[in-house]
Amino acid sequence: MKIKQLSIFLQNKMGSLAKPLEVLTVADVNIRAMCMADTSEFGILRLVVDDPMKGKEALEENNFLVKITDIIGIEMNDTPGGLTSVLDVIRDNLIDLEYLYAFSHKKEDKAILLLHADDIDKLIDVLSKNNIPLVSAEEVYNL
Amino acid sequence: MFWNEEIETMPRQDLEELQLKKLQATVKRAFEKIPYYNKKYSEIGVYPEDIETLKDIEKLPFITKDDLRESYPFGLFAVDIKEIKELHSSSGTTGKPVVSGYTEKDLDTWAETIARGLTMMGIGEDDILQNTHGYGMFTGGFGVHYGSHKVGAAIIPISTGQTRRQIEIMKDFGATGLIFTPSYGIHLAEVALEDGIDPKELGIRAIGFGAEGWTEEIRQRVEELFGCKAYNIYGLTELMGPGVGVECCAQKGLHIAEDIYYPEIINPDTQKVIGGDTPGELVLTNLEREGMPVIRFRTKDLTKLTYEKCECGRTHARMSRITGRSDDMIKVKGVAVFPSQIEKALLKVGDAEPHYMIIVTRPGTLDEIEIKVEVSQEIFFDGVKDMMHVQTKIAKSIENETGIRVKVTLVEPKTLPRFEGKAKRVIDKRNLH
Repeated sequence: MKIKQLSIFLQNKMGSLAKPLEVLTVADVNIRAMCMADTSEFGILRLVVDDPMKGKEALEENNFLVKITDIIGIEMNDTPGGLTSVLDVIRDNLIDLEYLYAFSHKKEDKAILLLHADDIDKLIDVLSKNNIPLVSAEEVYNL
Repeated sequence: MFWNEEIETMPRQDLEELQLKKLQATVKRAFEKIPYYNKKYSEIGVYPEDIETLKDIEKLPFITKDDLRESYPFGLFAVDIKEIKELHSSSGTTGKPVVSGYTEKDLDTWAETIARGLTMMGIGEDDILQNTHGYGMFTGGFGVHYGSHKVGAAIIPISTGQTRRQIEIMKDFGATGLIFTPSYGIHLAEVALEDGIDPKELGIRAIGFGAEGWTEEIRQRVEELFGCKAYNIYGLTELMGPGVGVECCAQKGLHIAEDIYYPEIINPDTQKVIGGDTPGELVLTNLEREGMPVIRFRTKDLTKLTYEKCECGRTHARMSRITGRSDDMIKVKGVAVFPSQIEKALLKVGDAEPHYMIIVTRPGTLDEIEIKVEVSQEIFFDGVKDMMHVQTKIAKSIENETGIRVKVTLVEPKTLPRFEGKAKRVIDKRNLH
């Protein structure tokens, strides 16, 4: 259920994103989704890849600082208002989301939303109760 | 112009005889009155009577700042507290500070060294001296103050800060002499210029510099800004305070008051005494101190000595400008900072000691310090808020430890340079050496 996301510490300077991506290319690890949280001085690169452990090892061998973070993915309608309806449920249940990012699914009219909150189990619980379909980790890795 | 012509121009041979007599008396007193020296010297089997020539001083062990710290607060005093008239303490913030105690006579000796220095700078009873050194536990303020009383100048004990008021007083009181740290002096001049006051018009005749590193370029800049000569003053709280060495009108090195301080230069690695003209670490001995005689103190300051008679007529040895430190101490905004303090502060934040680098710059006239810290697993979190918190926590911890505010930059692992052997933790871009 939980997706293993790679969080990588990077300095905010020209070219700093290229290096870890190159490492993953060489290691033949494919990126499924990514998002970047940045400040003026540093950033955290968040990646969902097809093989998280292999990706982590390759990056660490190249001196990158990597943490595995659990996130979850849900399937939502790729139509106007699709995201809002999901967020309404989360807000109504008083869950503070840390961050989220989304990408469109191969399935027609579907998108995948990736979410992280401090209390991830509560988030899973709330979403299940509201019949919002969670996407399995395998499905995201193998998109 | 001399304050004490007989002593200051004494032929070397006579001076050395005087030094030997004073050294013998100092070692004897220290051995008899201070348990620290008694124990140290007895352990290696050296006794006061073994000092038969000046060179015999090399038989005695060194004393370091750590030794002084371990004797906190009054462990190295040779007299009863009732004889002590004043207490000072070093600005260093590593562990316990170093305490310095002065008897009535010590205060007079201290004033004598400053009086000689002020006279070298041409400051006398006709002058009004504005002293921007801090008055307090720091020896800079009071040392200059007592010396100024001795030469009969009118001292303005304005202390540090309040730059605009400093300028106003300077102008209204007609100050003719200034005492400041070079960076503060440049700052003063720049603020004056901003306010439409040309420091050159103020009628300043001499400036005494102290308490931080500087270069010949900085001196030239100060001299240009104020339109007068600027002289270097050297000293340490451990030995007394400012006045150990002061520059004369020739500006070719600082005359050490050799009848009061005995200087040696050692190789900091082998700890062997090396000849005068080779640069090394300065070691100083109090020859004339009642309250707290310090014998063979390792200053960690790198310099060299010349015993050639100076064109000003003085025979006392001259030390060159301090060109660095044999340890990693840096002076930032006049405060001594050791890499060990930064390490301690970092350890308090994460469990493991991260790799770090200290970068000191002076973008304008004031110092800035940046600590680059390699992020490790212990202090890496997935959230930006968490990482900002880590940054703030490190900065706060360092401020608690050193007393100065720093900029903390988090960098990727293994991106800071690695060194074989002794790590180089400090990059000083101020070009002071």
